[in-house]
Amino acid sequence: MMTRPGLDHPRLVREVPLLQARGLCRRYGAITAIDGVDVSVYRGEVLGIVGESGSGKSTVLRLLNLEEPADAGTYYLDLPGYADQNLFTMDRYYRRQIQIRHIGIVYQNPYLGLRMRHTSSGNVAERLIMAGERNFATLRQAARGALSASEFPLERMDDLPIRLSGGMQQRVQLARALALRPMLLLLDEPTTGLDVSVQALVLDTLARIQRELQIATVIVSHDLGVIRALADRVMVMRHGRVIEHGLTDQILEDPQEAYTQQLVYAKL
Amino acid sequence: MIILDVQGFSKAFFVHHLQRHIPAFNEVDFRLHAGEFLLVRGVNGVGKSTLLRCLYRSYLPTAGQAIYHAHAGLIDLACAADVDIAALRRTEIGHVTQFLRARPRVSAIDVVTEPLLNQGQTRAQARQIAAEWLTAFGLKEDIWDAYPTTFSGGEQQKVNLVRALIVPRRLLLLDEPTASLDANARAALVTRLAQIKAQGVAMIGVFHHPEDVRDLVDGELHLTNTQVDYVAN
Ligand SMILES: Nc1ncnc2c1ncn2[C@@H]1O[C@H](COP(=O)(O)OP(=O)(O)OP(=O)(O)O)[C@@H](O)[C@H]1O
Ligand SMILES: Nc1ncnc2c1ncn2[C@@H]1O[C@H](COP(=O)(O)OP(=O)(O)OP(=O)(O)O)[C@@H](O)[C@H]1O
Ligand SMILES: [Mg+2]
Ligand SMILES: [Mg+2]
Repeated sequence: MMTRPGLDHPRLVREVPLLQARGLCRRYGAITAIDGVDVSVYRGEVLGIVGESGSGKSTVLRLLNLEEPADAGTYYLDLPGYADQNLFTMDRYYRRQIQIRHIGIVYQNPYLGLRMRHTSSGNVAERLIMAGERNFATLRQAARGALSASEFPLERMDDLPIRLSGGMQQRVQLARALALRPMLLLLDEPTTGLDVSVQALVLDTLARIQRELQIATVIVSHDLGVIRALADRVMVMRHGRVIEHGLTDQILEDPQEAYTQQLVYAKL
Repeated sequence: MIILDVQGFSKAFFVHHLQRHIPAFNEVDFRLHAGEFLLVRGVNGVGKSTLLRCLYRSYLPTAGQAIYHAHAGLIDLACAADVDIAALRRTEIGHVTQFLRARPRVSAIDVVTEPLLNQGQTRAQARQIAAEWLTAFGLKEDIWDAYPTTFSGGEQQKVNLVRALIVPRRLLLLDEPTASLDANARAALVTRLAQIKAQGVAMIGVFHHPEDVRDLVDGELHLTNTQVDYVAN
């Protein structure tokens, strides 16, 4: 087999990536979920993660969302006042502050991301309350703004998420994730399980938000169409490691690894 | 002014499930200056599209270098970092393919204004520029707000061309851009290409009917299965 020399370091792009994580490892008992994963994402950029079930994609997102500790690795976000801080070793209080203020996440399963017994607007407002906002009118206004930016039908903002369609639930999750204008957006299979037509609408919303807010986004999806539509670059994971990464069109049209070829050609 | 200096540029695919190498092109050398037009010729399957894709890095070249003289300095397209390539695609290097990759629920006008919006132009400015281009290529105004997924092949190609040409580039890679166009649109395209060539844009093109662009060509690259010949006109 032919192996190419690796690619150069960036020369034209001089800015620092918003997100730089190195050597991420996570074990659950005897299972090594991820083993030495490097991730970097620039502002305004969308990084896609693909790979078979159990390859560690959601684990990477959970670590990046500071939900769980890493067994090894470093994690830096280029935020004012925090740029030199390995977030994994930071005090729990500050970690929580960063998670609330600067990171938004949307899960495939809305039960993970939403409180089903609170109204939709309440779910969004909760984010702002966690950040210290107490004024009811301000909360309501901000929740309305975030829901409308996610193209959620505002006449349903006082409904419980449990009564909403899957597409609407994902929009509530998105509004909640974006309510505080995070620097980093993490999307774990955000459109899986939705009807194809609803999926297209949610994708549209995601693409528009991405263009307007210039945030750094990491999206995990099984659906290569979703990846093609949204991602600038793609990482392919297998058995807890990144086996290949590149520009989205290059990974989809000229995959190098046997596993990636199988993944891509199976979908064509 | 040199724009691109290509040496020993080669590409072979390796298909794992067949355990087979598929050679595309081998040891390509050429140089391209600002405002020059290089025509790439050769029989079907010889590697013309693959060469353009390797320069755009939709494909990874296997060997050689392609030193591109970017505004900000020299960079080897064969091994530049992905984010550098992404930045060049947004600003300096364009690739016009034979087919539009239509996205569901994105209107023709949104497809063609997107590169302008990405550059920070306002919606109104972008729409006005797009209107001029779409008119020049003869796409009827009634369908500007419709989804190109429903368009005819020629209409899709017009949208594709406008999207690719609407922001100024320093290097354009053209892969049979006239394939599904009618005579008027072909003439409109050639006129536009002549204009941007005069502005100093360098181009590498594959054309099914090379006579369309006869007056623009400065040099030809003949790809064959055994060797590559570069002929300056
Ligand atoms: N809390 C946990 N306890 C034990 N094992 C876990 C836990 N979370 C994940 N794992 C294991 O870690 C591995 C990686 O899981 P992860 O959820 O990251 O995979 P994934 O790539 O997201 O898969 P999928 O595509 O199915 O969502 C799996 O083997 C999984 O069983
Ligand atoms: N993504 C790919 N994976 C594997 N092989 C490929 C891929 N793309 C092209 N090839 C092979 O590379 C060779 C060159 O193809 P290419 O499309 O570059 O030819 P071409 O000169 O543009 O032909 P045409 O005149 O028909 O457009 C062919 O053998 C083709 O099958
Ligand atoms: Mg998962
Ligand atoms: Mg071709």
